[in-house]
Amino acid sequence: MRFATLAELSAQCREADMTIGRYMIEEQVRESDQTEETVVGQMASYYQIMKEAVRKGTTEETKSRSGLTGGDAKRVMEYRALGGTALGGEASAALAYALGVSEVNASMGRIIATPTAGSCGIIPGVFVSTQERFGWTDDKMVEALFAAGAIGYVIANRSFISGAEGGCQAEVGSAVGMAAGALTELRGGTPEQAVHAVGLALKNSLGLICDPVGGLVEIPCIVRNGFGAVTALAAADMALAGVRSVIPSDEVIGVMKDIGAAMPEAHRETAKGGLAQTPTGKAILSDLRKKGGRS
Amino acid sequence: MRFKDVFSIMGPSMIGPSSSHTAGAARLGLTARQALGGQPDEADIIFSGSFAETYMGHGTDLAVTAGLLGCAPDDERIRDSIALAEAAGMELRFGTELRPGGHPNTVRFELRKGERALTMVGCSIGGGNVEIVGVDGFDVKFGADCPTLLVNHQDMAGTVAAMALIVGRANLNIRAMDVDRQSRSGRALTVMEMDQAVSAEVRRELQALPQVERVRLIHLNEEEGQE
Repeated sequence: MRFATLAELSAQCREADMTIGRYMIEEQVRESDQTEETVVGQMASYYQIMKEAVRKGTTEETKSRSGLTGGDAKRVMEYRALGGTALGGEASAALAYALGVSEVNASMGRIIATPTAGSCGIIPGVFVSTQERFGWTDDKMVEALFAAGAIGYVIANRSFISGAEGGCQAEVGSAVGMAAGALTELRGGTPEQAVHAVGLALKNSLGLICDPVGGLVEIPCIVRNGFGAVTALAAADMALAGVRSVIPSDEVIGVMKDIGAAMPEAHRETAKGGLAQTPTGKAILSDLRKKGGRS
Repeated sequence: MRFKDVFSIMGPSMIGPSSSHTAGAARLGLTARQALGGQPDEADIIFSGSFAETYMGHGTDLAVTAGLLGCAPDDERIRDSIALAEAAGMELRFGTELRPGGHPNTVRFELRKGERALTMVGCSIGGGNVEIVGVDGFDVKFGADCPTLLVNHQDMAGTVAAMALIVGRANLNIRAMDVDRQSRSGRALTVMEMDQAVSAEVRRELQALPQVERVRLIHLNEEEGQE
């Protein structure tokens, strides 16, 4: 890839007069020495799997293997149908879809890691709900997935994307940043605005620890995916309104790395801190151990 | 750059719940299967670090077993893999161990198939990516994300050059290379990570070198790595 920072990415897109998504397709073709048809085809197949996970998560039984979680997306869907959500129909759809995909993940269903499995609900939640609302074509959505990938590529190489390395800020936070930037572009924002959306979104998760109860990717991961999808919508709206990330997004990415490195090991996916060490978290862990970790 | 392209961020397509604990684990199982050269009759699977703590809750045992059965990380049979392996007559044993200083998500395989045995140590390094750090007592390092040749040979002057010549003549580019030996003039293992697929003919040519004992190919996107 010929860019290492979001500033470079946005400058190169402007120079080439391309969206981030379009630019990333060309970069991927160059890097992989494959045809555009192949790389776009692979991403398109990923989008179909994301849509299927949304469908499954919001309509089918999704009990996790541990038995700790499942069914929350359906609960939110039913509550939405009553018409009284505080978020309103659209944002609550993003929330429900993100929960659904995350629950499919916890139940050992098929998902796309974006960027990881622990954060797999956010991009489908944002993409599928906004596609339904705005009537965008699949081709447009697939191009935007490349934009999300370009943003994630910068974050992953300059900071972290896994909770084990950088806390939940790196996992859910990266996905929110990727979704926010891509949605800004889907809604007609410039690459500069998309990059501001990334910074705005990422700032909101700085310091977020990875504290999975019982060490499992369920509690609090599933609900954080739901919250993350809504945050991405908010960040895109702010960026499209002209709100700028005063601290440049590349600096936000840099500081996420510093914060992650400074986090004690107990707060990085070890289940030795945070929610995992609350009285209830510990009780759940000891139950899981007694059952051999399996329901 | 640790992450090289868009698909190391977007994807893989996988069975949940954890790219490290299931997708990476399935890839480790598949790599071990190919390094052994087929489906094991017996498998000891020993987890350490976070794998040892949470492998049951995450289905890491199921994912690793599915890999040994030849399943890709997005194969829905992962959920039932232990039952499938038992039905296929595979003898499975799971254990845990401490590996001070090792990667937090590490698994050691002790596999047997007829006369053949394999020890492999691999780590799941995030996002479904893996790193193999040991094969049959040799310290190696490869990601199994591209066609990878494992060549057992005698440690002799000119061997690496002879191997490089063969792959070069076939117009194959070596992306990375790692050589480890047990002792001077003793047994050695060379790992060549390739940019292109490696044909059976190239493998035969390598095998025909007098100092070469065994040539294996790890190619996870292919149905089966080949001996």
